[in-house]
Amino acid sequence: MRNLSMLTNPYNDDKDFDGCSIFGMMNVEGKRFSSRDPIKAIANMHERGNGLGGGIAVYGIYPQFENYYAFHIMYLSRDAKEKTDRTLATSFNIIYDEEMQTRPAKVIDPPMVWRYFVQPRKRRLGKMTADDYVTEKVMQINTETGKAFVFSSGKNMGVFKGVGYPEDVADFFCLEDYWGYLWTVHGRFPTNTPGWWGGAHPFNILDWTVVHNGELSSYGINRRFLEMHGYKCTMQTDTEVLAYAVDLLMRRQKLPIEIVTKVLAAPLWSEIDNMEPKQQQAYRAIRQTYGSLLMNGPFSIIVAHHGEMIGLTDRIKLRPLVAGTKGDFLYMSSEESAIRLVSPTLDKFWALRGGEPVVGKLRNPHKTTSLEEN
Amino acid sequence: MLKEEKRFVEIDSKYVPRVKVKDRVWKIDAEGMYYKDLNSLLRDMCNKGAEKILIRNVCGQRYIGTDLNAEVEIDIHGTPGNDMGAFMSGPLITVHGNAQDGCGNTMNDGKIVVHGQAGDLTGHSMRGGQIFVRDDVGYRVGIHMKEYKRKIPDIVIGGAAGDFLAEYMAGGVVVVLGLTLGECERCKARFVGTGMHGGVIYERGDILEVGKGTKLMKVGKRDMQVIERLVKEYCERFSADYEIIMNAKFHKIVPVSKRPYSKLYSN
Repeated sequence: MRNLSMLTNPYNDDKDFDGCSIFGMMNVEGKRFSSRDPIKAIANMHERGNGLGGGIAVYGIYPQFENYYAFHIMYLSRDAKEKTDRTLATSFNIIYDEEMQTRPAKVIDPPMVWRYFVQPRKRRLGKMTADDYVTEKVMQINTETGKAFVFSSGKNMGVFKGVGYPEDVADFFCLEDYWGYLWTVHGRFPTNTPGWWGGAHPFNILDWTVVHNGELSSYGINRRFLEMHGYKCTMQTDTEVLAYAVDLLMRRQKLPIEIVTKVLAAPLWSEIDNMEPKQQQAYRAIRQTYGSLLMNGPFSIIVAHHGEMIGLTDRIKLRPLVAGTKGDFLYMSSEESAIRLVSPTLDKFWALRGGEPVVGKLRNPHKTTSLEEN
Repeated sequence: MLKEEKRFVEIDSKYVPRVKVKDRVWKIDAEGMYYKDLNSLLRDMCNKGAEKILIRNVCGQRYIGTDLNAEVEIDIHGTPGNDMGAFMSGPLITVHGNAQDGCGNTMNDGKIVVHGQAGDLTGHSMRGGQIFVRDDVGYRVGIHMKEYKRKIPDIVIGGAAGDFLAEYMAGGVVVVLGLTLGECERCKARFVGTGMHGGVIYERGDILEVGKGTKLMKVGKRDMQVIERLVKEYCERFSADYEIIMNAKFHKIVPVSKRPYSKLYSN
């Protein structure tokens, strides 16, 4: 893994001429596999990024702590850590905490990264659900010091991200030691927002993650709408709103993915005008209710949470996304070649249509095992 | 250059282990090769008169064949990266697999033959040469193609096309055969020919929804000559049955106006 970037660009003269790269890989039987293939695939799309961000989300990595929320927190100062530790200790039972395993790698100015396995304190929960409580606390920590950011807060999953190429970020976090059944990876090309550790993808809340290629020009209006629902945007970049929007719609409001995609990438009014009256009514209602969650601008995204991986592009497909299947594996990628590199033959391969999602689900959501164990 | 000289192609020593020559065919193993290295190797070979090049294990290398202006045949095995054949002027590129986005971007002359699918933006701003795609293509194919006098680019799509086909088209020919579609099935393409102000789209059967500012017309004798010529070549390249393909009614889609937005921007 270490020398992938030397292999992909020995000249080290990266020019700015492309968008982000996204890649997702899932075993629908829930069998866990190593970081080798997803990292190899994203490194093949090295040219799409510019080294100012890379990140990985992986599901099924902490089976020994699967009942506890796993927090990954980056600290930009020691004071912030002390303060955050106090907040954590009063709000949660901390089961285990440690500095995350890292190694020197080609990443820029790494912050201190810490991992906690926590359980909400029952007395403090009140009538809230544990998920809502955790969301609230994450927002609190992210805004409280300005120097501590929770970049992963789900159970039995984790986000690893930073400033560097994704293969280098994987190297930094020693990802060869982790096994998961679903991986999404992102190489970043920040267009008009800073390249900093919190701004790298994936964006996460609870076990929801989003990786995104494109730009959300509707960020301002999306952000104001989400703030009314208690989400605070602190990562200084557009994609954050997508993670919170999906959490709001899918987890809290329990909308099915078919409806959620019509909120995020609504059909054009001209298309709605040509629908059957009943359908028209439904689509009008969705656009009126959730107008502020319409994601305007070019995007292709891979949304993931436990048991599910969803690919979607904007309605007129201004960013690429292709998908393929091979046996129990589902792949999604910005470029076909990245899929072919890890799976030269595919059972099925297709390019997504604008606004129409591809959804990969675990066959048996309660069973995950390691490929090694089989 | 004398024919004899063409046999000797000098190549950079660092590429030597990757290159083999047999019966005047130059074979390159591109596995894990950085795209700049591959393209400079191709440039070297073309400058020194190679006539046939075969590249194996291609996986995402970009711009293959870019700015080459020699009459060389390049066979690609694998999945070439974005903008294959961009700005090229002369080579014949055959892809044994799928092509990614932007193949034939602003190409000036030559030919691209894809034994599979091609991605979005195929033939983007093309100004000459030909592209043959056996199966489906993605969005915005032939966007802003143009022609000048007798230099008319052609795109032949064996399967279905995506949205914004021939958007802002200013010249050239796009043929959509729809061979991958089921009976009575149409391309799911919206906004075909939006902003089109030149050139022509031929469809086999009734498979495209005509976009704003374009009109559907019957094909004439001259149109049929163009279609027959292109379909014949399609059939030769992909071993398809000419009679079966031609046994259908063709239509043409042309722009209503040569200046569709003149009223929008001026009086």
